[in-house]
Amino acid sequence: MDPLDRYESVIDDVPAFRAACERPLPTVVRVNTLRATRSAAERELAESDIATERVDWHPDLLRLPDDQPGANWPYVHGWLHGQEEVSALPATVLDPSPGDRVWDACAAPGSKTTQLAALMDDRGLLVGTDANLGRISALRSNAERLGVTNLAITHEDARTHSLAPFGGDSYDHALVDVPCSCEGTVRKNPDAFEEWSLDRVRSIAGVQKGILSRAIQATRPGGTVVYSTCTFAPEENERVVDHVVETETCRPVAIDLPLDGTDGLTAWDGEDFDDRLTRTRRVYPHHNDTGGFFVAKLAVGE
Amino acid sequence: MTDDHVGTRFDRVAKTEAERDREHRPSRAAICEFFAERFGIEPAVFDEYSFWERGKGKIWAFRGDLDSPVEIEALGMVVLRADQKHWKPTTSAAQQFGAAASECVVNLDETPARRFLAGDSQDLDWDGDWGYVIVTHDLDGERIPIGVGLYLHGELRSQLPTGRQRDLDAQ
Repeated sequence: MDPLDRYESVIDDVPAFRAACERPLPTVVRVNTLRATRSAAERELAESDIATERVDWHPDLLRLPDDQPGANWPYVHGWLHGQEEVSALPATVLDPSPGDRVWDACAAPGSKTTQLAALMDDRGLLVGTDANLGRISALRSNAERLGVTNLAITHEDARTHSLAPFGGDSYDHALVDVPCSCEGTVRKNPDAFEEWSLDRVRSIAGVQKGILSRAIQATRPGGTVVYSTCTFAPEENERVVDHVVETETCRPVAIDLPLDGTDGLTAWDGEDFDDRLTRTRRVYPHHNDTGGFFVAKLAVGE
Repeated sequence: MTDDHVGTRFDRVAKTEAERDREHRPSRAAICEFFAERFGIEPAVFDEYSFWERGKGKIWAFRGDLDSPVEIEALGMVVLRADQKHWKPTTSAAQQFGAAASECVVNLDETPARRFLAGDSQDLDWDGDWGYVIVTHDLDGERIPIGVGLYLHGELRSQLPTGRQRDLDAQ
């Protein structure tokens, strides 16, 4: 089956949504502000005859309409990192400050981790966790190329993350960008649906609940946790957030999202969710010509 | 564990030679002195950093500090191999701290800079010391470090690891 059929009842403009999912995704790079300014990156890409376009909602993103990043001086010097436009959302929403203690629960290969480091100006403690050593190798290599030096990497299941190596103190913020069924990446990976099944969605949702619960427990009262996926499936989005709102001490807070989207769902498949799930945000591919995304911001309570 | 130098254990290096718990292990003072004497990088550049050893002679720099030892997968960046007679800074260290270097710096024009980036060795007429050098080029009005070279017998050998080499002329 085509999993996108499931969403026709909740999407505002189905033909536009379908058409956007068929189009390839524009190439986008994030300027690494630890190493360069956007103006310097624009000048040097122009020197390499690479055309750029600014992205109106984010000051550090540049679209490359005709090129791939990789073989140019700005990339070599860690001024740039290839990152899908919409995947810059969760770190933007979390918005950590220099000196904070931050956990990236599913860090590899590191696009969002290195974006967090840039927002922290490479100051404070950034802990990146991943369960897969091969992906950790990619995370390390990206962090070193981009000049991130405040990052400690742990190899473990995020559901049982230990604070012991970091003195036992809880975090100010956590980013939980979980492994998901990736329906929203269909423009980048046309085979995203090949292994799709509702059983797989339900099974992965169990892991997502475990990771998000651990992140809330590991964050101090008054801190924030951002949960995100690149899928449309409510079982992996609103339903996971609804679960932790019931079982952990946290509440969804409004997000001032700098690009178009719709409110999160409060009901799906015969099940009602907490009314505050409207404070989560869904971004569909036709809204901003990006991939699909879901993001929730949770305030951690006493 | 029978060998505490392998696996995931990081030990913070001692402040001075006298405080070392193992004779071979470099001290923070020795690491700062190496960067200062060879490259003219002021020790103050490392003020916010702690240095750690994982595996014999592999030194990591972490911006911040943790209780030592710590068992994790990575901590900051690998900056130095101190397990041989001539200590060798990493490409990442050159890119991160090389802009603060004033000695043993070789600045290349565009064509030789591209050859260095591609991993090539090339003849170089330079009157500095033999050994490891920080290789830079000018970009957007700044002198930007590319990586580490080995200068011997009038030849500059690129030390960029294969994964960091790029052929900018191959497009």
